[in-house]
Amino acid sequence: MFNYYFGLAVRSLRRNIVLTVLMIAAVGVGIGASMTTLTVFRAMDNDPIPQKSRQLFAVQIDNWGPDTKSVAAGDKERFQEQLSYIDAVALMNAKAAHRQIAMYKTGAALTPANPQLLPFQVQIRATYTDFFPMFQTPFLAGGAWSADDDKNHADVAVITQKLNDKVFGGGNSIGKTINLDNHEFRIVGILATWEPTPQFYDLNNDTFAEGAAIYLPFTRAIDGQMPSWGNNNCNGDIGQPGWEGRLRSECVWIQFWAELPTPAAVENYRTFLNNYATEQQHLGRFHWPAHTRIRDVREWLAYQHVVSDEYRILVLVSFSFLLVCLLNAMGLMLAKIMGRAGDIGVRRALGASRRAIFGQCLIEAGVVGLAGGLLGLGLTALGLLGLRSLLSEEVSRLTHFSTADIMIAIVLAVVATTLAGLYPTWRAAQVQPAWQLKAQ
Amino acid sequence: MLKMTHLSKAYRTEVVETYALRDFSIHVREGEFVAVTGPSGSGKTTFLTIAGLLEEFSGGEYQLDGANVRGLNDNQRSRLRNEKIGFIFQAFNLITDLNVQDNIDVPLRYRGFNGAERRRRIQEALGRVGLSARSRHYPAELSGGQQQRVAIARALAGSPRLLLADEPTGNLDTQMARGVLDLLEELHRDGATIVMVTHDPELAVRAQREVHIVDGQVVDLAAQPRLVATANANT
Repeated sequence: MFNYYFGLAVRSLRRNIVLTVLMIAAVGVGIGASMTTLTVFRAMDNDPIPQKSRQLFAVQIDNWGPDTKSVAAGDKERFQEQLSYIDAVALMNAKAAHRQIAMYKTGAALTPANPQLLPFQVQIRATYTDFFPMFQTPFLAGGAWSADDDKNHADVAVITQKLNDKVFGGGNSIGKTINLDNHEFRIVGILATWEPTPQFYDLNNDTFAEGAAIYLPFTRAIDGQMPSWGNNNCNGDIGQPGWEGRLRSECVWIQFWAELPTPAAVENYRTFLNNYATEQQHLGRFHWPAHTRIRDVREWLAYQHVVSDEYRILVLVSFSFLLVCLLNAMGLMLAKIMGRAGDIGVRRALGASRRAIFGQCLIEAGVVGLAGGLLGLGLTALGLLGLRSLLSEEVSRLTHFSTADIMIAIVLAVVATTLAGLYPTWRAAQVQPAWQLKAQ
Repeated sequence: MLKMTHLSKAYRTEVVETYALRDFSIHVREGEFVAVTGPSGSGKTTFLTIAGLLEEFSGGEYQLDGANVRGLNDNQRSRLRNEKIGFIFQAFNLITDLNVQDNIDVPLRYRGFNGAERRRRIQEALGRVGLSARSRHYPAELSGGQQQRVAIARALAGSPRLLLADEPTGNLDTQMARGVLDLLEELHRDGATIVMVTHDPELAVRAQREVHIVDGQVVDLAAQPRLVATANANT
């Protein structure tokens, strides 16, 4: 009967084009508005590394104490999201996790070997070799540098495919060198496109922006005194002047991640961190009880408010608008269905049960939803296009419409419209055939 | 075929209770052609809608083809209506955006027949009412008489045990009305059980038997000299 009801629905919708267009437009506009915000929200709220997000933990150590004034006022639960160099190196040396990395964002001027290309600035991530297996970065050629390269502060680099295309015109550039601030670095790996959204491993700046073009050993970057291009916080005490002074200061500027594959490993690492902080207290560095925290990727994104409250409200408002549109569509559907009460009465007289009438009208509502969903897809595409032209490049990266988004739009439209059609449909099923036929 | 015993139908509001049928008894045997007559408001149409399981009754018993219909749920009533009853309405009640064959197809769909069976029945029913050539026409493209023939074909297609006709010629001119009545008589001769509601005594005499309703009750026609005289004059 589904095909029969579907055919009847199409026929019924063609009978009153104006009403049909109004219903579809109401659903389409609502879907367009809600899907535009939802698409961006989904990109923001995305789990960037779903296969490992429960095993990767951002590490926090409170090295400023409870009287700190620089973190969110009034929120005692919040404390430094980054580590000082002292703590980062100590944790790296302890090797208490299955894998661990310290890293920071830096940059340099790249001078291409090709004289026709002008030097340009590149963003660099200074990190350890375990960055690549921890975050499962895909390699186009070569691979990560070795642990020995980390130890030896080696002049090695991993570059992105995009940079490889720009500087070398593509191809296998393993073994070639790049010049960064007049130092040569040998390329050991070329990354294929890898753009986790949001950029969970460093949420301090440009949460949704393009990542680094070059990855260097952390030890080599420190040796080279490569400055932090990221977020640097010093709690009043900026320490001694100069690079060495910075390394010995309590300024926080280094992100630290640990890979803890099992719940036992997580518990052990928590204990280790607290012991470390307690030890620092005993050594007189910290004047407060141990205050540390580890958070997995999902917890970290929530803690960092990657999706702002304002945007959540915007999504809520857009879905409220969808609700209003659906209420309008429901009213139109009710008018349309009750206008056909005579036909429904005839069908009932000819043997249609209430259930059959209910099914027929519900499928008609679903067809309206389907058409509204298709229109909504078009409007969503327009909406995202509008956002791209209005918003920053960083946010524009979130306005891609995936297959999953298309499916969500269609399913949302059909389900929401069918739900909105429940009342008119129920009313249709309540039509008393005797009254309808007597009235005629 | 159709047996109502002491049946009543009351419409209730908060302050008043009105009986459309009261202590109503009728027995229509298989193969009979019965005319149900009575003045406007006498309860004819209420009788027909109850007989057609379109409306519930307040009291009494109703047996359709040997089955007691009291207490049946909507699905059971709908199935019974679909399988055993064919309706012919005064206003034809064709669905305007369906063509002739799709209109006849409606009860067959609810019956669950497959496509081949439905096509066979539609062709057979159209042939019986002489409209085979009009199967693709829409109701608006047909005359009143043709529309009523389509309605009859729709009622016949499911091979019902009982045909219920509500003023089947009420919206037709004399010539078309005669054609429709001829068709009903032909169906009756072929064995159909027909109950026809009409307020027209001249139409009623074409039936095998007449049942007269006044104020929701069957009255003895012998006590109605004018109607008997009219009937005699037409036989």
